[in-house]
This record gives sequence, C-alpha cells and structure tokens, in this order.
Amino acid sequence: MATEFQLNGQAITVDIDGDTPLLWALRDDLDQTGTKYGCGIGMCGACTVLVNGRATRSCITPVESVANATVTTIEGLDPDGEHPLQKAWVQTQTPQCGYCQSGQIMQAAAMLKDFPDPTDEQINSVMAGNLCRCMAYVRIREAIKLAAREMNGAGADNASVAGGATNE
Amino acid sequence: MIKKILMGIVGLAVLVLAVFLVIAWESSVDPVDPPASDQFSQQQIDRGEVISGLGNCQTCHTTDPEQPYAGGLAMPTPFGTIYTTNITPDPETGIGQWSQEAFARAMREGVDRSGSHLFPAFPYTHFTKMTDEDVADLYAYVMTREPIRTEAPENTLEFPFNIRMLQAGWKLLFFDEGRYQAEDSMSDEWNRGAYLAEGLGHCSACHSPRNQFGAEDKGQAWEGTVVNGWYAPALNESNLSPVDWTTDDAHAYLREGASPFHGVAIGSMADVVHAGLGKAPDEDVRGLAVWLSDLAGAADGEQAGSQATAAIKSAQAQLGPDPNMSQGERIYAYACASCHYNDPASPNAMRPDMSLNSAVTAPDPVNLIRATLHGVSQEDGIPQVMMPGFASALSDQEIASLLGFLRETHTDQPAWDNLEQTIRDHREQ
Repeated sequence: MATEFQLNGQAITVDIDGDTPLLWALRDDLDQTGTKYGCGIGMCGACTVLVNGRATRSCITPVESVANATVTTIEGLDPDGEHPLQKAWVQTQTPQCGYCQSGQIMQAAAMLKDFPDPTDEQINSVMAGNLCRCMAYVRIREAIKLAAREMNGAGADNASVAGGATNE
Repeated sequence: MIKKILMGIVGLAVLVLAVFLVIAWESSVDPVDPPASDQFSQQQIDRGEVISGLGNCQTCHTTDPEQPYAGGLAMPTPFGTIYTTNITPDPETGIGQWSQEAFARAMREGVDRSGSHLFPAFPYTHFTKMTDEDVADLYAYVMTREPIRTEAPENTLEFPFNIRMLQAGWKLLFFDEGRYQAEDSMSDEWNRGAYLAEGLGHCSACHSPRNQFGAEDKGQAWEGTVVNGWYAPALNESNLSPVDWTTDDAHAYLREGASPFHGVAIGSMADVVHAGLGKAPDEDVRGLAVWLSDLAGAADGEQAGSQATAAIKSAQAQLGPDPNMSQGERIYAYACASCHYNDPASPNAMRPDMSLNSAVTAPDPVNLIRATLHGVSQEDGIPQVMMPGFASALSDQEIASLLGFLRETHTDQPAWDNLEQTIRDHREQ
C-alpha cells in the first residue's frame, strides 16, 4: 500500500504495508538512519521523530497513520545541523556513545515549543521517557537550557538562527 | 355462558386489533421523478449541507467515504442489527422517488414513503423538532447528491421486533411529535443551542441511557452511557469532569475537537465535531456551547482554571522519583508523560492532561482502553495531532497496570473492575 507524506520538506511515497512502523520506513526504505531503534515498544524514545511538529515514537507508529502528515527526523531538523539544540549538544559535549541522542534532540525540540523556558521539573517530566544508557542526563538538561536561552535570547541572534534554519 | 364470554374476549381482541391497525396504518406518498437539481437554489443546497452536518447524517448513512450517503452501516441493537439506508437520490435503491412531503414525514414522523414505520435507530424522535425550512433545505441538499445504486444488507432483527407495524405501539409510548418550542425565559443563543442539541443534533441519542424498549430513558436523560463501543459521558451535572464546563471550553471542544480542560474528541464524537460541525457557522457552535454549559451546571472561567490547576497538581504530587514506583507509573513516566505532562498553571490542549480527561474519570474504561490500544488518528481530536496505539507494544496486564494507576492517582473515582479482561476483550474486537 502506498503512503504519501512530507519527509524533511520533501514529498515522498513509500509502497509498503500500511502497518509497517514508520521507523522502518525511514531507515530501510528512505535511508534516513539517524533515527534509531531502541526498545521497539515506545518506552525508550530513541526513535522519536516529529509528526506535524509533535514528538512521536516512530517504532509504534504505523506508516499509514502519518499519511499526508509532515514528518521531520534528525536529518531535517536543520539543513546544516545547526539547530540551537544541536549546537548546544556540541558545546556541552552532551553525547557519550550517541545512540539515543537523535531521539533526545527531537523530543527536546518538540518540548521547547510547549515549554520555551523549561524548568528542571518540566525537563525531567517530559524527557524521562528518553532513556540514556550512558547516563548523560545532567548534560542533556544543561544543553536543553542552553538552547532555550539561545532561542529566547536577544532578538537579532534568535532571528538569525531561526531564519538560517528555514531560509536555506 | 362460557361461549358468550369467549365471544366477548374474541370480539374485544378484534376491536383492539382494528383500532391498532387504524392507528398503525400510514398511507403511501405517491412516488415522484427525482427532482431536477436546478429546482433548488445553490443557497438552499449550501444551507442543507450545514443542516446535514449538524444532523450528522453522513456519519451513519455512509460506510465507504467514496460513496457518501449510500448507507449500509451496521447499527447493533439489543434486538438485532439494523443497517442504515441509502439516502442518495437513486430512484430504485435510494430516496429518488421521495417528494419533499414524503421526506418531511420520514424526518418528523418516522414513516417512509411507502407508509412503513421506521425504526427509532433513525432519530426521527429528535428530527421531529426541526423547522420546515431546515427540512426543506436538507431535502434540497440530499436530492442533489450523486445518486448511488446500492442496497443495504437486510436488517437482522428478531421476531417480533422486525414487524414494522408494531412500531406504531412504540410511538404511542415513547414518541412526542412536534416542532421545537422555544423557552421564553432563556436567551436566543441558548434556544438555538437547545434546538440543535435536542432536535437536529440528537445529542441525547448517544448521551442518554435507553430503556428495555430501546427508547431514551427520560428519567435518566443526559446521564451518559456506552453506545457503539464508546462511552458517551454524562452532559448534565452528573458529569465527572474535575473542571466545570464553561461556555468557552464547550465552544473550543465542539469547534476544535479539544479543550485544555477536558481532553479530545475521539471515536464517534470526533465525527460529530469534524464531519458534523465542521461547516456549521460559529453562532450555531456558540449556541450549543451556551446550552451545554448550562446543562452541565454553569461555571465561570476563573473557577475552571483553578479547578484544573488543583487537579493536575494533585495528580503530579503522586508521581516522583521513587525507586519502588509501580509498574503502571513506570509505563506512564516512560511512554506517556513526554506528551501528556503539563504545567499545572496552564494545561495545553495539545497535551491532553490525564487528570482532566473524561476517558479517565468515566465509569466505563472503554474510551481509555481504545485510545491506549489503537491510538488517536490525525482525523480524531485536534486535526493532525496523532497518538500511536500501544496494542503491539504493551500486554493486557501492562495496559491494565497503566490504566489502573491513572485511575487511582488522577481521579477520585473507584477502581475499574476486571480491567485486564476488558482490555483483552477490546483487543480481540
């Protein structure tokens, strides 16, 4: 069954079983391997992508359920990999092994839309479902706050970051 | 002597039967050629489209979206299954031969063109309140649809419920024919809402329990009930929401499919909001909201906000970094909270808070079970916001522990019985 959706700004069609998890459509059929397989039951967050801008666990999401939706993966978060979260991740040297990080960043990107200036409690509650076997949690929290500061920061800086992300 | 008594009884029975036949007999309305589409003004057809939405005609009279109004939807009842009919203007299998007079009689008296009584699965008991103009506009809309030639499957009602003539008796007991009568003491907005809710919209057809004859139980009007596998919550003051329904909240729910204080519309209610009310003018939705918030026990906005904050805080106070946290809480923390956590001061409709959700407070867990197993599609709730289902991810026991945890910590309602078994039953459906 063919399913059409927007992936990272491109209209695409995958001709696979509608109940195939979106994760496998992304990795196996569309070569977007930044999204990782963790637990396969929606418990660890490694496979988090954005569906119409909302964080969604792709391992339990049938591809047919995102028909005509806008899907964003880590590859499409920013064309140059310079989303404020990605820059903060580098600056704070957040990742260790890195496996869970694309899911962490996609979840954090969605969170910052709902909680633009998140408290520790908000970060803990929203990000608790993104497990990190290397225990990078403290640096993840630091990086999220750093990115939030940049995104909320002085108008000009903020505009150049956001503008760069969308215009290029 | 005995012979005389017997004769008397037989005579009386014949008389009663004769009287019943007189009452039950309805004449046929002469067939007409399907009206030409230029017989109706575009304005009238457009108004009819809105009426059709407000009456939710398409939801029940459609099985295949490619064949709107062609009928065939199975409606399970305690008496057997009734299939909705083809109401496209096909002359053979639809209602192409129905004059406006025949159409109006069906809508408001529950009698088809040939004179047969209709079953009250078709809510003529509500449509009887419709104005002449609304009936005429709806006729114009329906008769200008694409005629589709298809016949619905035969009803599988058991004897004697399959005898349409007996419906006359049912009508004597449970049907009050008549147009909507405005309440002079209430505002125009309220009356508009009441007309739509009690008439066209037939809200109580789902939101009120029915008696053993399949009629809405007037004594329990608006008390909420399970219908077609979804729990339709109480709309009156018995509703269990921790936050009173304000007019603005009811308006947001009916217009957008979600309100921050009450969760999202899923299942048949998603059809009501999106397919049904989608084209309705805002004054109609506002009228419904005014009427609904009055029925639910009028509330003021400030109070609603503080009620929501208190409910969320109370639930969150029971969560925490406890190494001995229950299985249900662990599942909630890892699989659910990333999307459902809220700041107690400002719950977000895009993050339906489980402490404010009617599926969690409901006496029947069916809505929560179905949402957890099968998710919420892009068409349900808030358009384009979806939730994946956990049917393939979690066992019946795991889901039971999650839902039991939510029920215990996020509401003041008693635990649901046989949760795991109920989940198993729904998974197999």
